[in-house]
Amino acid sequence: MNNYLLEMRGIGKVYGSTRVLNNINLSVSPGEIHALLGENGAGKSTLMNILFGMDVIHSTGGFEGEVFFDGVKREISKPADAMELGIGMVHQEFMLLPGFTVTENIKLNREITKKNWLNKLFPGRLKSIDRGQMKRDAIKSLEAVGLGIDEWLPVQGLPVGYMQFIEIARELDKTGIKLLVFDEPTAVLTEEEAAGLLKSMQEIANNGIAILFITHRLDEVMTVAHKITILRDGQLVDCLDKENTSVAELARLMVGREVKRVVQSRELTDETPTILSIKNLKVKMPGELVRGIDLEIKEGEILGIGGLGGQGKIGVANGIMGLYPASGEVLLRGEKLPLNNPYNALNSGLAMVSEDRRGVGLLLSSSIAENIILTAMHINKQFVWKIGPLTLRSDRRIREHTQKYISQLDIRCTGMRQAVRSLSGGNQQKVCIARALTLNPSVLFVSEPTRGIDVGAKNIVLQTLIKLNREQGITIIMTSSELAELRSICDRIVIMHKGKKAGILSPDASDVDFGLMMAGEYDQIKNKGAS
Amino acid sequence: MIKMNQVIKPRQLGVKIKEFFVSRMVTIVFIAICLLCFRFAGLSFTFYMRDIINRLSRNLFLILALIIPVLAGMGLNFAIVLGAMAGQISVIIVTNMGIGGFPGFSLTLLIGLPFALVFGYLIGKLLNKTKGQEMITSLIAGFFANGVYMFALLILVGTVIPLTNPVLLLSRGYGIKNTVDLQGGLKYSLDALFQRPLPQTLFYGGLFFLLILSILLLIKKMYIKKGNGILISNARLIGYGVLALVIAVAGFLLQRSDSTLNTVNVPIATFGFIALLCLFNMFIVRTKLGQDFRAIGMNQHVAATAGINVNKTRVIAMVISIVFSAWGQIIFLQNLGNLNTYGSHSQVGIFAIAALLIGGASVTKATVGQGILGAFLFHTLFMLSPMAGRNLLGDAQLGEYFRAFVAYGVIALSLGMYAWKKQIQSSSAEEIESDLD
Repeated sequence: MNNYLLEMRGIGKVYGSTRVLNNINLSVSPGEIHALLGENGAGKSTLMNILFGMDVIHSTGGFEGEVFFDGVKREISKPADAMELGIGMVHQEFMLLPGFTVTENIKLNREITKKNWLNKLFPGRLKSIDRGQMKRDAIKSLEAVGLGIDEWLPVQGLPVGYMQFIEIARELDKTGIKLLVFDEPTAVLTEEEAAGLLKSMQEIANNGIAILFITHRLDEVMTVAHKITILRDGQLVDCLDKENTSVAELARLMVGREVKRVVQSRELTDETPTILSIKNLKVKMPGELVRGIDLEIKEGEILGIGGLGGQGKIGVANGIMGLYPASGEVLLRGEKLPLNNPYNALNSGLAMVSEDRRGVGLLLSSSIAENIILTAMHINKQFVWKIGPLTLRSDRRIREHTQKYISQLDIRCTGMRQAVRSLSGGNQQKVCIARALTLNPSVLFVSEPTRGIDVGAKNIVLQTLIKLNREQGITIIMTSSELAELRSICDRIVIMHKGKKAGILSPDASDVDFGLMMAGEYDQIKNKGAS
Repeated sequence: MIKMNQVIKPRQLGVKIKEFFVSRMVTIVFIAICLLCFRFAGLSFTFYMRDIINRLSRNLFLILALIIPVLAGMGLNFAIVLGAMAGQISVIIVTNMGIGGFPGFSLTLLIGLPFALVFGYLIGKLLNKTKGQEMITSLIAGFFANGVYMFALLILVGTVIPLTNPVLLLSRGYGIKNTVDLQGGLKYSLDALFQRPLPQTLFYGGLFFLLILSILLLIKKMYIKKGNGILISNARLIGYGVLALVIAVAGFLLQRSDSTLNTVNVPIATFGFIALLCLFNMFIVRTKLGQDFRAIGMNQHVAATAGINVNKTRVIAMVISIVFSAWGQIIFLQNLGNLNTYGSHSQVGIFAIAALLIGGASVTKATVGQGILGAFLFHTLFMLSPMAGRNLLGDAQLGEYFRAFVAYGVIALSLGMYAWKKQIQSSSAEEIESDLD
């Protein structure tokens, strides 16, 4: 018999027709810090949702495999079950109420009620709260995480770093906590705060509480973890002991994937003219902040922008197109492009296929034809005819144009009057591309073009992009979370980290290089090698 | 201990003062207008006091019924109109029975309760389906309910619902009269229970307040020793003590003088009821339920993650508010002395909400103190503006317009300012984020 605290055996999960987890095994002993590594979309969150019995799992047909806790097989069908077993979660986004004090947040919905005679008369929720006892408990758990802070302060206005510790204190305050899941706890912390957090994690583990540590930062894993499990595309890649591995190996395992190059990459020389030159661009896109990047984009290339979620890769295109507040300088063929003005950006020959297809990208209840011509009608005054002061739409020209793109991009539909809402994801994406092309752009931004669409449609979308680039000479800047996809069609790939450019790699660079750069440790490791 | 390099900066005094005035802008503006109106209305102080006391005793309960939904993040509860209807239905039933005086009043409260519970439950369920649009939903639900109410009282009463009292019924034999006289029935059934002249009330009220403060002073040391924190700060204790003493002395002196204020009566029983509601509101904040109200008011998602049953808690908040508004309307009607069957309730929501907002409350924050202050200012304005208008411009009509303008204008202004403040907050939050690098 083993004495694992948590064992997940043969876990699998299917959403609709896509398999997101396949035969995952994970075991954690008491007092162990177990790191869970993987890219976005590798299946970490789904695995945790299964562990916590979240609704999304059970409303989509449950999961495969078994979960053992304390050596007994458990059915965890709702979050309260997990809580009862002593599994706690430190969330990535803060689950704190700003107007409550630190104490009130730590004791949220576990408030202690008074036990005097008067209160015995009141039923359930009408019992008074014993603030004194709550305070004493809060101080105890704040000490356990090692945070010196007054327990009566409101959370509002506290530095972000403190909030993470309050979250942890809340979990520790729960009686009988045995396993704590940390979901990317250091993502928003400064280095100093992160170091403090790792130290308190070690202390917690020393007290016999097991920790599941989900993160992207490889150096942190090497500092605190005892064991490391790596997921990739829903598959278990490996489970290693820390002693037997290195940052480079972890990086390779995390992103390593067979890359099929679809086209020959294009040779870029110094003579190739620059079409778009970006200087110190900062974009205030919530969750995808760009903190100042410089980039030279050559005429006729396909440039990839990659990186992990939340590192700012999506912000670049949104900032240049004027969808989010941006500052800095963008030169288009040497001329300054006014920022924060979508009309100007479109009018200067830039076009974008948004990552938020159903939100920003399409008018879902409108027809295919209307979606395709919408922007061009406004910007280029196409598809209209004028009678005196009136501007009327020209249905004939709209029809011809839409027909052309439906056959050219192979949009599967019942007709051009079909509402976009009822199209499949892949076909919706093609409508988005058709709309962008109708503008006759010289530079096309494409964000997450293959997100949420099936494999066949993925290839068609990628092939379309290549065709546009090679035949019509459109410069394409493609942002994607899927590194393999970037590596299959791009000429150069920019990797973003913490809102800045971590470096530019050629698509045939090694897995290790990509992995390290995405984790923000490329320079560190390379410099060490050099010295 | 972990040392953080970020220090929590105490805010500067200047910023604090600015904040104090900005957040109380509405109230300050209205105090100024009220003072101006008083100056131009040319009214005797005695007359003013008599009327304002009457109006406060009539309306305060309704205004205070709004506080709990605000606490629970459901905004300003326009649906108290439904509560008012429940109260009126109950008034009609009791009048039909012909029971008057305090027993009649108690019975009215009791009969109104089940109606209010049902209405509150239904509205709560409805608002759970329309999260984020609570205010517009409750406003429209009030209009809709008004139609149903009219149908029931105009057509069903006397045909389906067996009411026979000729005091109530229209001469055609069915339907309730447009105006029902409560004289000899519920009129002054609570007010007349216990009334005293104003100076006497001030004297004993001040003494009573002093007594409570000295009890607080006594248990304060014990409270701190038990580690429950500070019960009440010393500065506050002294401030309140001086205030209570001044009130008591003033009351004592007035009693001795031949001031006309001695003819002003205070319905102490009614204010006692209002005090009970204040105490209830303060008590509920200190309970587990109150904690849950505040939690879901701040962030429903976080509260739900912590295991709080958000929908149920919201329904409870709504039910409490509707029950109190039903009782509030009953208190209102017994003071007024007649029931305008199809009109008394219609503007209850708008006026109560305007009063609360004038007191400095917002869509997300409201306290008992703000309710009382707001009621005071709102009714002062309501009473004085027509007179000031007449004296200034020779046209009382102008003041009437001004009243309507005030009631709706303050609601629109407050909602606009709330949205504006939220925008400022979110943009400053972004700045903080970008300051990180």
